[in-house]
Amino acid sequence: MLKTANQKAWYFVVPVVVLVAFNALIPLMTVVNYSVQETFGDNVFFWEGVKWFEEVLNSDRFHDSFLRQLAFTGMILVIEVPLGIGVALSMPRKGPWVSVCLVLMALPLLIPWNVVGAMWNIFALPDIGLLGRSINALGIDYNFTQQPESAWMTTVLMDVWHWTSLVVLLAYAGLCSIPDAYYQAAKIDGASAWSVFWRIQLPKLKRVLTIAILLRFMDSFMIYTEPFVLTGGGPGNTTTFLSIDLVKIALGQFDLGPAAAMSLIYFLVVLLVCWVFYTLMMRHEGQ
Amino acid sequence: MRTHRWLVPTLYIVFLMLPIYWLLNMSFKTTNEILGTFSLWPLDFTLDNYRKIFTDPTWYNGYLNSITYVVMNTVISVSVALPAAYAFSRYRFLGDKHLFFWLLTNRMAPPAVFALPFFQLYSAIGLFDTHIAVALAHCLFNIPLAVWILEGFMSAVPKELDETAYLDGYSFWRFFVKIFIPTVAAGIGVAAFFCFMYSWVELLLAKTLTSVAAKPIAATMTRTASTAGYELGLLAAAGTLTLVPGAFVIYFVRNYIAKGFALGRV
Repeated sequence: MLKTANQKAWYFVVPVVVLVAFNALIPLMTVVNYSVQETFGDNVFFWEGVKWFEEVLNSDRFHDSFLRQLAFTGMILVIEVPLGIGVALSMPRKGPWVSVCLVLMALPLLIPWNVVGAMWNIFALPDIGLLGRSINALGIDYNFTQQPESAWMTTVLMDVWHWTSLVVLLAYAGLCSIPDAYYQAAKIDGASAWSVFWRIQLPKLKRVLTIAILLRFMDSFMIYTEPFVLTGGGPGNTTTFLSIDLVKIALGQFDLGPAAAMSLIYFLVVLLVCWVFYTLMMRHEGQ
Repeated sequence: MRTHRWLVPTLYIVFLMLPIYWLLNMSFKTTNEILGTFSLWPLDFTLDNYRKIFTDPTWYNGYLNSITYVVMNTVISVSVALPAAYAFSRYRFLGDKHLFFWLLTNRMAPPAVFALPFFQLYSAIGLFDTHIAVALAHCLFNIPLAVWILEGFMSAVPKELDETAYLDGYSFWRFFVKIFIPTVAAGIGVAAFFCFMYSWVELLLAKTLTSVAAKPIAATMTRTASTAGYELGLLAAAGTLTLVPGAFVIYFVRNYIAKGFALGRV
C-alpha cells in the first residue's frame, strides 16, 4: 500500500514509545551500567571498562551454555518445523473437526510455563510418571533426574509438546489461504501430491514459516522457566541454558558485573539473528 | 493414503493430551496414593485438593491476582497499540521503520536479562508488589506484539475506506471509532488473545515483581512445593485449574485462531 508522508503520525506512536521505553531503556541502561563497573556493596561502584566482557567471552562456562543453547534451539527447530507442517497438511480443511483440532492443539500454548515444567516433571518421573514408567517398562533405563541424555530428551520432547502447535496453526493458516484454483490447475496438469507440496504449498507458506521460525528461535533462545522447573538445569550443568545460567550468576551468586556483560552479549546475539530474519521477512512483504 | 489422513492429527492430539491427562489424574488422587501406587486412573477418587484451593485464600487469591494483572495488561497494550498500529499501517514518518524494528527488539529481549533491573526500577518508584507493576512490565513484550499484529490486520484494510469516510464528512476520530475499529475487530480480538496468552504464561517477571499482595498463582505453586513438603495432589489440582482460563479464551476465539496465529500476514 502507498503510504502518505505525515509527521503528525508520531503523535499516535508516542504512548507506545513512552511505555516501552520506560520498560526497556531504564533497565537496559542499568545493565549497561553494571557491565562496566565493579561493586563491593553499599552502592559504591568502580569503573572497570570492558573487563567483564573479556572475562565472559573467554570463560568456558559461557561457551558451554552458549553451545548447549545453540544445540537445543537447533534441535527443536529441526523437529518442530517439519512436524508442524506435516500435521497442518493432514488436518481437515472444513467441517466440525476443524474447531475441535484447533482448540485442542492450542491448549498447550496457554499453560503457564512453570505448570508445563511441573506437568512434565510428574509425567516423566520414572517411579510415578506415565512416560517414565512406560519407557522403563520397555526395558530402557530412563531417569531424567540422573542421566544427561534422558534429561535432554525430556527437555526437547517437552518443548516439542509445548510449541509445535504454534507452527501447526501458522502453517494451517497459510494453507487455508491458498485459493482452490491452484489445486485445480495442478490436478489438470496431473501433478503428484509431492509436487503440489513442493511447488504450490511450500512457496505459499514461506511467509508464515518465516514468522514461525522467527518466533520459535526467539522464544527457545530465551527459554528459562520450563527447563528450570523440569530439571533445574541438571543433572550437573547438562541442561543449563543461557537464561538459567544468567539467573544463576545474577541472582544466585550476585555477580552483577559478569551477569550484566553476559546479558548484553546474549541480547546482541538474539538481536542479530532476529534482524537477519526480519530483513528477509520484510523483503517478502515488499514483493 | 487419503483415507488415513486423520491419523496424523489424531496421534498428535493424543500426544498433546497425555501429559494433561496425567495431571488431571493426579489432581483427583491423594498424595499417598500418588506416591504409593501406580494407576492409570484415581482408585481413591477425591476432590479434597480442589476443595483446599477454593477455600484457602492464599490459593484462590493467586488466581485473582494473575487474572487482575493479565486483564490490566491486555487493556493497556491493546489500547495504546491501536493508534500506533494505525500510524504504521497508513503513514510514512521520520524513523518509522527503525522505530518498528526497535519495538520488535523488545519482544526479543530475554526476560532473564531484565529481571533484576526491573525489580530495582519498580521498587524505586514504589510499585513493587502491585498488580499494575506486573501489568506494566509485561507491556515490554506485549505492546510490540500487539502493534505488530494490528499493523498486519490494518494493512489489509484498503485505504479507500479512510478516504471515503473523509469525503462523507467524518472527522478522524469519529471515523476511527465508528468505522475503522469495527472493521479490524477480528485483529483486535487476536491481539487481545495474544496479550492475554503471553501475560498469563509468563512467570519470571511476575514472580520477581511481587511478594505477597499481588503474587501470581504460578508463584504460589512454586512456594508450596518447597515449604509444605511435596504435596503433589494439591500441585496437580492447582496446575489443572491454570488450564481453565486458557481453554475458556481459546473457545471464544476459535474461529479466528488459525488466521490470528498468522498475525494477519498470510
